Amino acid sequence: MEKLYKFLKYTFIILWTVFIVAPFLWAVSTSFKDFQSVNSKVTYIPWLDFEPTLEGWRVLVKSPARGGVDIVEPYFNSIFVTCTASLISIILGTLAAYALSRFTFKAGFVRNNDITFFFISQRIMPPIVLSIPFFIFLSTIGLLDSLLGLVVVYIVLLMPIAVWIMVDFFNRVPKELDETALIDGCNPYQAFYKVVLPNSIPGLIVAGMFCIIFGWIDFFFAFILTFTEVQLLPVKVVALNSSITPWWSLSASALISVAPLIIVAFVVERYLSKGNLSGALK
Amino acid sequence: MNLIGENLTYKPDNQFHLNNVSFDFKKGNLYTILGRTLSGKTTFLKTIAGLLNPDSGNLSFEGKDFSKIPVWERNVAMVYQQFINYPHLNVYENVIFPLKQRKLSEDKIKTDVDEALKTVGLVGFENRKIQELSGGQQQRVALARSLAKKAKILLLDEPLVNLDYKLREQLREEFKKIFSKGLSSDAILIYSTTDPQEVMELNGEVIVLDEGKVLQKGPAKEIFENPRNLKVAEISNDPPMNILKGIKSSKKLIFENISINIPTYFKNLEDQNYNFGIRASEIKLDDQGEEFEIELAEISGSETLLHLKKGDSKVIALIEEVMNFKIHEKIKIKFNENKFYAFNKEGELISSPYGDLNG
Repeated sequence: MEKLYKFLKYTFIILWTVFIVAPFLWAVSTSFKDFQSVNSKVTYIPWLDFEPTLEGWRVLVKSPARGGVDIVEPYFNSIFVTCTASLISIILGTLAAYALSRFTFKAGFVRNNDITFFFISQRIMPPIVLSIPFFIFLSTIGLLDSLLGLVVVYIVLLMPIAVWIMVDFFNRVPKELDETALIDGCNPYQAFYKVVLPNSIPGLIVAGMFCIIFGWIDFFFAFILTFTEVQLLPVKVVALNSSITPWWSLSASALISVAPLIIVAFVVERYLSKGNLSGALK
Repeated sequence: MNLIGENLTYKPDNQFHLNNVSFDFKKGNLYTILGRTLSGKTTFLKTIAGLLNPDSGNLSFEGKDFSKIPVWERNVAMVYQQFINYPHLNVYENVIFPLKQRKLSEDKIKTDVDEALKTVGLVGFENRKIQELSGGQQQRVALARSLAKKAKILLLDEPLVNLDYKLREQLREEFKKIFSKGLSSDAILIYSTTDPQEVMELNGEVIVLDEGKVLQKGPAKEIFENPRNLKVAEISNDPPMNILKGIKSSKKLIFENISINIPTYFKNLEDQNYNFGIRASEIKLDDQGEEFEIELAEISGSETLLHLKKGDSKVIALIEEVMNFKIHEKIKIKFNENKFYAFNKEGELISSPYGDLNG
């Protein structure tokens, strides 16, 4: 029985791994193929089945004038927008979450839970509902088709995630910890950044990771709110697909789009397991 | 120059947490707040610390209006019933935290911290992480942090309640030593607890609190000997004092068809209905005694608690040895007639074995 269980477990894990990893391997191999190797017959192994070429990758960095699709600029645009929006969302979201967790707000019928729900409700609406207001808003303030405009929109999208995760996190940090800091001579601001914040690193990392993922993968708003001046990576990658589908450069661009998230996941994972321990509050 | 509270009232959501509480705490003394859970003990301490603002009343310390001073400038220290330390810091950094916050000189900090760690017996643990410590050790760290501060007011909110039995006994002994020698004549120590035994051992001035109201104030001995009313008798004894509704008639004290000779100090009482009180430890097993039925028998440590019943009367007897009983078994017990208290219908103490009611 024990053996059967083990056998089934490992079979499942191996199958699942293949299921997850296969597309990546497929994309890696395709990115080194040329037109012939993709379209004539099914090929798998470089040098044996087909002659690898860097053409798919070269196209991505060549300027359009020389027949390329330069994704370098969109790439850095995406990094800038995602990081800036995530950072601001985390800072503002953490402050908002701390206030919502520790203080009692009363304004008419509005209470803390209503404010928290207001934040989360921003994510409940389908994005299409928000697209027109955002478009009009950005064009009114003259930020359409600009990095700054995208940062503003992404803050609206990402901050609810940060608030949501951090409210829950702070609610689990005992209030007595803040009180002890106050008694030990910290004013409320010092209590927050000297005691509460250092113990919130696991929460901050989780919130940051979600913000980066959701910011990085967004296609919809990047597509609607930009035209020619500014382009983000997801839009550019989709734009690669013209009358002929260049599978090789599509694969290459897909791989480098995913790369930052994989790197983030690896870095964060280490901190997350360490952070869990240091956040062990009774 | 004392810590003085006048008519402190705190009543959020229409429920009294503090109800017109007044006190005058002198420096160099130990005060214990005795009350059941939710009696307002924590509110009391938090109000002194400044974490809560009373709805009305005055609080002053060293002649200054305390309510105008924010928590972080009050120079108080507090130990919570939960083991609250800074989880991101090690033991040494935890103890040093309040001192650094006050920007004392390095040398002074070092000596104070070393002294505090020595007092609580945590020398050699400086570099340990808080999570690596046991509950008792965590509470020692919290205590060390409070002692190192040399605060003028030291608040301990049920510091032993979350520890297991053995550790509680041990730490209680140590607390007694620490308080008796380590407390400067410049400081006020306020200790809250639900455990009457702790109160008796610490032997300070006691305030009995119930539903935010002060029921009785006085030295531990006085609270024990002459609990002012039924509530205090209940709160200040563990197990609670047995209360029996009965009649005093000439030379007998009668309840549930049991008649007992009255103690000499009952002589001057009018013949009428009373609530008679007797401690669980003053009831003994005796073959010549009255028959009661066992409802429940619990063994705690080296003692056995018997929950007994006869008619409408229920009593708890404390037997000082471990014995096994069957539930619903009938046993015979004898009351120590010289230890009866008499409370009137309003629940106030009328007569006590220790006499001298108004002293």
